[in-house]
Amino acid sequence: MGGITYKRGREPHGKEHRVIFRNIDREGWDPGIETYLKDGGYDQLKKALGMERAAITEEVKKSGLRGRGGAGFPCGVKWTFIPPNNTKPVYLICNADESEPGTFKDRYILHQDPHQLIEGMTIACFAVGAKLAYIYIREEFPEAAKIVEKAIAEAHAKGFLGKNIQGSGFDLEIYVHRGAGAYICGEETGLIESLEGKRPYPRIKPPYFPAAMGLYLCPTIVNNVETLCHVKHIIGMGGEEYAKTGTKNNTGTRILCVSGDVQKPGYFEVEVGKVTMGEVINDLCGGLKPGRELKAVIPGGSSAKVLRADEIYTVGRGDDARKLTIWDIPMDFDTMAACGSMAGSGGVIVMDDSRSMSWVLNNLNNFYAHESCGQCTPCREGSLWMKKITDRVVAGKASPSDIDTLYGVAKNIDGRTICAFGEACSWPTESFVEKFRDELIGDTKPELEGAIVNAETLTAAASL
Amino acid sequence: MSEVKPDLVDVQIDGVWHQFPKGTRLIEACRQVGAEVPHYCYHPKLTSPGNCRMCLVETGMPPRPMPGAEPPQPDESGHLPISWIPRPVIACANTVAPNMGVRTTGPITEECRKGVMEFLLANHPLDCPICDQAGECTLQEYSVEHGKGESRFREKKVKKPKNVDVGPRVRLDDERCVMCSRCIRFTDEIADDPVLGFTDRGSHTVLTVYPGRELANNYSLNTVDICPVGALTSNDFRFQMRVWFMRETNTIDVNCATGCNVTVYSRQNKIYRVVPRQNNDVNSDWMPDSHRLNFHWIDSDARLTDPMVKENGKHRVATWSEALAKTAEKLAPLSGSEIAVIASARMTNEELFLVNRLVKQIGAGHVEIVPRMGEADGYLISADRNPNTNGVKLVLGLANPGSGLDRVKSGIEEGRIKAVLCLQENLVEDGGFSPELLGKLDFLLATYPLANPTTGLADVVLPGACWAEKSGTMINVTGRLQRLNKAVDGPGQTLEPWEIVRDLIQALGGGNGIYSVTEIFKQLAAEVAAFKGLSWGQIGDLGLPLIETGETIPALEREKQRKAAGLIVG
Ligand SMILES: Cc1cc2nc3c(=O)[nH]c(=O)nc-3n(C[C@H](O)[C@H](O)[C@H](O)COP(=O)(O)O)c2cc1C
Ligand code: SF4
Ligand code: SF4
Ligand code: FES
Repeated sequence: MGGITYKRGREPHGKEHRVIFRNIDREGWDPGIETYLKDGGYDQLKKALGMERAAITEEVKKSGLRGRGGAGFPCGVKWTFIPPNNTKPVYLICNADESEPGTFKDRYILHQDPHQLIEGMTIACFAVGAKLAYIYIREEFPEAAKIVEKAIAEAHAKGFLGKNIQGSGFDLEIYVHRGAGAYICGEETGLIESLEGKRPYPRIKPPYFPAAMGLYLCPTIVNNVETLCHVKHIIGMGGEEYAKTGTKNNTGTRILCVSGDVQKPGYFEVEVGKVTMGEVINDLCGGLKPGRELKAVIPGGSSAKVLRADEIYTVGRGDDARKLTIWDIPMDFDTMAACGSMAGSGGVIVMDDSRSMSWVLNNLNNFYAHESCGQCTPCREGSLWMKKITDRVVAGKASPSDIDTLYGVAKNIDGRTICAFGEACSWPTESFVEKFRDELIGDTKPELEGAIVNAETLTAAASL
Repeated sequence: MSEVKPDLVDVQIDGVWHQFPKGTRLIEACRQVGAEVPHYCYHPKLTSPGNCRMCLVETGMPPRPMPGAEPPQPDESGHLPISWIPRPVIACANTVAPNMGVRTTGPITEECRKGVMEFLLANHPLDCPICDQAGECTLQEYSVEHGKGESRFREKKVKKPKNVDVGPRVRLDDERCVMCSRCIRFTDEIADDPVLGFTDRGSHTVLTVYPGRELANNYSLNTVDICPVGALTSNDFRFQMRVWFMRETNTIDVNCATGCNVTVYSRQNKIYRVVPRQNNDVNSDWMPDSHRLNFHWIDSDARLTDPMVKENGKHRVATWSEALAKTAEKLAPLSGSEIAVIASARMTNEELFLVNRLVKQIGAGHVEIVPRMGEADGYLISADRNPNTNGVKLVLGLANPGSGLDRVKSGIEEGRIKAVLCLQENLVEDGGFSPELLGKLDFLLATYPLANPTTGLADVVLPGACWAEKSGTMINVTGRLQRLNKAVDGPGQTLEPWEIVRDLIQALGGGNGIYSVTEIFKQLAAEVAAFKGLSWGQIGDLGLPLIETGETIPALEREKQRKAAGLIVG
């Protein structure tokens, strides 16, 4: 990163490895195309346009790039799911709905480095044969939408978009589409429905796997903003070279968004798996607040299962088995999964001993009850039910058995819904009850056991 | 693998192996072998959103061996072992796969159903005692079958709009809605009138009609039929009768030549509602509102209840034998060419068969029917508003039904026709016969269910049963032979038209010993070529194709296309 300086107080930490966020908070940087071009911008696109389409996908496969939107699905593999005998148009959608609580990385790319995204997208579109692409930006990012639209116009003017890009014969148009303020629009099939002008009701899979039957029932690739930016760098350095960053099966860098009870919350780009939770909290974030102890961490966005600070985690099998404290957990997809949670969207939420777990869970439940699209029964009814129970727990109006009910409700959602929101909304409850049962029960009152909470329930009970 | 036909796959359902065509949905495969999977949102004629989650079942596939490990070996039946998957799948949208296992019972499947039932009832108002759907509500049925019997829900319920007018004929109770979206899909996919939709999110989701619009299309009441709960109710049927008190009679709609298959619901000789009955060769699962609601007149004061004869310009009640004797007396002096018989294309084949005999017996010079042409609606309503024009052609032998009506009129005008036997028709209002013209006749006999201007003029009036009060067969627009079944008795002294015609034949000197519709059908099958070899029982509840007419039913054609495109099961 020779010669790059960053704005004062915004300098990357020494343990960071800035690739995607190379230009974020950079001194003298602006989102305009001239600045981008002076820095070698669109060189990778030119390189890609000279490659065989299949070779690009091959490089992305070799890079081992996993999706940064939440599920961590291998990006190159996803691209190959477009049916080989397809005759319909292919679409590419950039998912810039960034709405998982605790996640705030894509917005910086959109605000400060939109051309990086456009370049990555254009390469991806060339690889998968898409001539039309959309950037779906959440309603809450009005500035980002303006900036990206300006960047698209600039790229057009310079021949990086539009007809016959750089004389290659490849045509591409990118359009910005604004969301209307719903978390579920981040779920790829909900997003597609929304883009089609309908309510963002996620589709059943099968049969509606986007790569085969996506936008207007045509093959559609949906990737996260950060994922698409990585594509540019993979072409730049080659897939094998890229795979040398990060760790095996967890390659490259990723941006961690740390919020909560740390001294210096913020975003940090690190090599995947090369830093531990301890390093994130103590080094990158300057440690916990004075006099506080770590209580719990939600490591991958609000829907990831909570990790308890005093638990010992066993990862690996047989001879490879290792025991880890929360501080030792490397921040990668596989280890996080082995610890019973997920690396998800990279949103790390740190909670110290000042936090009431009932309150935290209630806060999460509030969000999910508000954001459930309401299409399928378990999530629709269960998310609000869980919120209502934790409302009572927080208000001191719950009995111990309500905690069992709460858990049972979550279990009745998990794995039984149309989209992964079902897991997103039930995992917090499941994990909080599993890990902090005593604390939650401590907030309930045994004397309320069996008490009728509201008059309506009386009639309800009578008529059942 | 056991012997596999090219496009059949082996699937194990509840421990037993079966074969199904590729692409069969799990829910249909299970149903075919008697393992009904409970469901709300799935409807074979609509697309499958998979939103209710009631149909979740446990499934399994052959285990995938680790690289280098021994592949699994087939058992003595030739099937591979099944490795069961903990995550349940929806049976409505997933299709069969080779060597797949499905469990419609067992802990995983049963827990899923219990869970969904508890969720559906959590915010439900539980107002069955005042709900019309009670007795035919899948929420009730599945609660008993699959529910847990009690709820853990202790919270305040979500309040939603009640008693909402979504259209002139349909009323909505949002608190009862289970959000299966069937009604939305129907209005969009079948009725091409997408006025229904959901607003708000999560548990606060409400079904709404688009602002400024209403659910007013002529198929709106089908949403009430397919609503699995009491959220959508019919203004017409609302609070009229408990469903379990009613008797069901399978018959057909006679409002046009399509002959939608229907079930008539009645109690103590009164009809309370008519609903479409599935027939994939006629009306699929649907019918027009205008047809299903056209039954209230059956129980009205305008019904004729007794035979009447006119004396000194006034009608008086008579016995059947008096009325028939008077008819015989009036016709006796006339020659056949002076008599016209106007029958009806609303008559059954059996009635028309006897009309034909009557015509031959008296040597009537003219025989005609009253045509009723309108515009086809592009869905189910045929341009021909008579239900049995094809029967008229085939049984009564009119090549061009209705075309001779003008000749009858001029015959009366010119005094060549002196008597008209009007059977189940309304010459003044539907046939274009003016009262003055009919006034020229020496003798007019009219049979009809209702008093009308024609019966008002008639010398002899006979109360004839309507479509719901008689049995027989008709041939619809596509040439399908279908059966009417008597649902209720006609009022007073009403007789079925075939009885009336038989009695007329006898009164006019003919003789026969016919005592039932099925006997007439037997003779019909013996005498009319197209019916050759057919028996009453063979026709069944769904009818059978009798002749080729080259006509199609637009709604069905579109359904076939949707099925071919894989959008619906059909
Ligand atoms: C409820 C829900 C919300 C989601 N929200 C987002 C989001 O805001 N941004 C995003 O990139 N992916 C989101 N996803 C994941 C997307 O469905 C999809 O997997 C992702 O965009 C694929 O991109 P990737 O492969 O590059 O990660 C969400 C998923 C679910 C189930
Ligand atoms: S799981 Fe929730 S968010 Fe996803 S489709 Fe079902 S109701 Fe909607
Ligand atoms: S009103 Fe009835 S059919 Fe329509 S969504 Fe609700 S439950 Fe389903
Ligand atoms: S029937 Fe509703 S999800 Fe299958």
